[in-house]
Amino acid sequence: MTVPDGLKRRDFLMKLGLLFNGIVAAILTVPIVRYIMSPVAHARAGRYDSWLSLGKLEQFPAGQTRLAVYRNPVASPWDGDTADIPCWVRNVNGQQFQVFAINCAHLGCPVRWFPQSSLFMCPCHGGVYYQDGSRASGPPERGLFQYHHRLESGELFIKAGEVPTPGSASNLTSITSELPRCV
Amino acid sequence: MRLIKTIGGWLDDRLQVGATLRETAEHPVPRETASWFYVFGSAALVVFMLQIVTGILLALIYVPSAGEAWNSLQTLNHSVALGWFIRALHGWGSEFMVAIVLIHMVQVILFGAYKYPRELTWMVGVLLLLVTLGMAFTGQVLRFDQDAYWGLGIGASIASRVPVLGPQIVNLMLGGPIIAGATLSRFFALHVFAIPGLLIAFVAVHLLMVVKLGINEWPMPGRVVRKATYLKEYHELTKKDGIPFVPLAVWKDLFFGGFILLAIAACAFYFGPFGPSGRPDPTIIQTAPRPDFFFLWLYAVLSLLPPSMETPALLVGPVVALLALFLLPFIFGEGEKSWRRRPIAVLSILLVAVSLGTFTHLSGYTPWSPVMDAWSSTPIPPQYLRNRSALERQGALVFQVKQCHNCHALDNQGGKRGPALDNVAVLLTRDQLIRQVIQGGGNMPAYGKNLSPAETTALVAFLETLRPAGQPAAQDASRAVALAPDRGAPSTQP
Repeated sequence: MTVPDGLKRRDFLMKLGLLFNGIVAAILTVPIVRYIMSPVAHARAGRYDSWLSLGKLEQFPAGQTRLAVYRNPVASPWDGDTADIPCWVRNVNGQQFQVFAINCAHLGCPVRWFPQSSLFMCPCHGGVYYQDGSRASGPPERGLFQYHHRLESGELFIKAGEVPTPGSASNLTSITSELPRCV
Repeated sequence: MRLIKTIGGWLDDRLQVGATLRETAEHPVPRETASWFYVFGSAALVVFMLQIVTGILLALIYVPSAGEAWNSLQTLNHSVALGWFIRALHGWGSEFMVAIVLIHMVQVILFGAYKYPRELTWMVGVLLLLVTLGMAFTGQVLRFDQDAYWGLGIGASIASRVPVLGPQIVNLMLGGPIIAGATLSRFFALHVFAIPGLLIAFVAVHLLMVVKLGINEWPMPGRVVRKATYLKEYHELTKKDGIPFVPLAVWKDLFFGGFILLAIAACAFYFGPFGPSGRPDPTIIQTAPRPDFFFLWLYAVLSLLPPSMETPALLVGPVVALLALFLLPFIFGEGEKSWRRRPIAVLSILLVAVSLGTFTHLSGYTPWSPVMDAWSSTPIPPQYLRNRSALERQGALVFQVKQCHNCHALDNQGGKRGPALDNVAVLLTRDQLIRQVIQGGGNMPAYGKNLSPAETTALVAFLETLRPAGQPAAQDASRAVALAPDRGAPSTQP
């Protein structure tokens, strides 16, 4: 559209107005994006994981694998039951421990422990793991996720706080099989 | 009547939309399009309106808080008058909406309606399919029960596989480190504000183009779409053989839309609302989470893909599928519209339909999952224990106690993860059975560490009895030769 000569100034002012609104939008974008990205920024700063007690060692008899529950360190009052996270504690021989995430390394369903056959089985897609957490069969590409742990003054501590997923398990130790595998 | 007319006239003097609306309503459409095949688009719109109304009604009671959502659903189901019925309407409405959108899409492909000049209408339609599925998934999350909780875990696990950005996407999706209050709040915001907003905007654009470009004419074999001539031909067709959409074509849409609403109400009344299943308490691990009907096929695919294929298929598959849908009208924008002349289109739809149907069917009995309680709830069929030795019966006990039954069926009872063992003695020799039990392989865990030699002996003795009457047990041919008395004897023949 051509603008008559006498009205050039108004046309310029409209363009200036558009530019002004563009600048204001850009300024407002910064806080909005930071607001949306705050869960990511927290993860970057490493504020999710912390050392938590799973309780006295006597709860975990030698040679057995037991379910333990901890309250997630990052929780809101309205989280309800969802902040209570279960995990599997294996007392290997009284001295050595392994703490596995409840989540299957395939797609995160809750694995169940079968002491009779010493296997973890997943109800969703059929993943199976040995007692040491290594992959036995099914769709998982790896063994169970394992939390870092330490023993202190008769209690078992694990480093936890974030749901383990196949892509974000770098902070968890990986498991190599105890068994020599025949291919 | 006169009063209504006066008020209407008063309003239209100010609104100035009456003439436009009348013109739109009475625009001519080709006579054959006043058909029962052309009612699915409007039916989807009708169901969407039902979803808006029932959704607002549910929001009067529902509490989008991880700690309270499940309780508020129980209140809706049991304490609020007809709360169960409104929940059921919304739930069944969502199932019907996805189904109708899919049927509409199939009709559009079979009738070549995505071809020139309706490419953009089709592409907005693909976006509508995406937001409809987005509504279905986020809605399933708002029914905050065990299935929703672990379904979110599956979503997070899939998202985490995106290279480099995976963990960040998971945090963004969950709104924090775990599935909790923040997760439900953001899915509530998506389901109630963001996605419906998009849906309404896309529906408006979609409808505007349907009206502006005209409804697709009935495809006739031999009537070929060419960009140079199509618009002229279409206008001639509507001029020569057109009827006004209102009232001569719309009555079928009205009847079908009403019928669908009745069908939803009937399903809601007879089958009731969906769930909620157990409390969303992650410490209750005795659960086998399942997605809603329209995601069951994906559940099956995720179980059946080989591990190495999974991440590429999950990340590349959707992109390829979407790209194919978006490019469809550009690659096949001209030519025949009639499905009688387009065998590849028909076969492609059949292939997709049969695949989705097969996967959905498989997810009904999940042959890939161990039956978690088969070892304690499914006894060994008595005919497999009759006239057996003490050792063989001891082996049957090992079979149960070591959860073999969770993966292996006997007489069609038990898991289907591994092969049924009714005739295993016909297929494997004693030595092969021992090797398989101890070392595993072929997707079976190795039991070497979990069975004592005595248990292995008993188990294999039991397995050796598993063969149908009249069929010989498997034999090692080389062993027979090796143990034959005349082996190595010089030939006596001249």
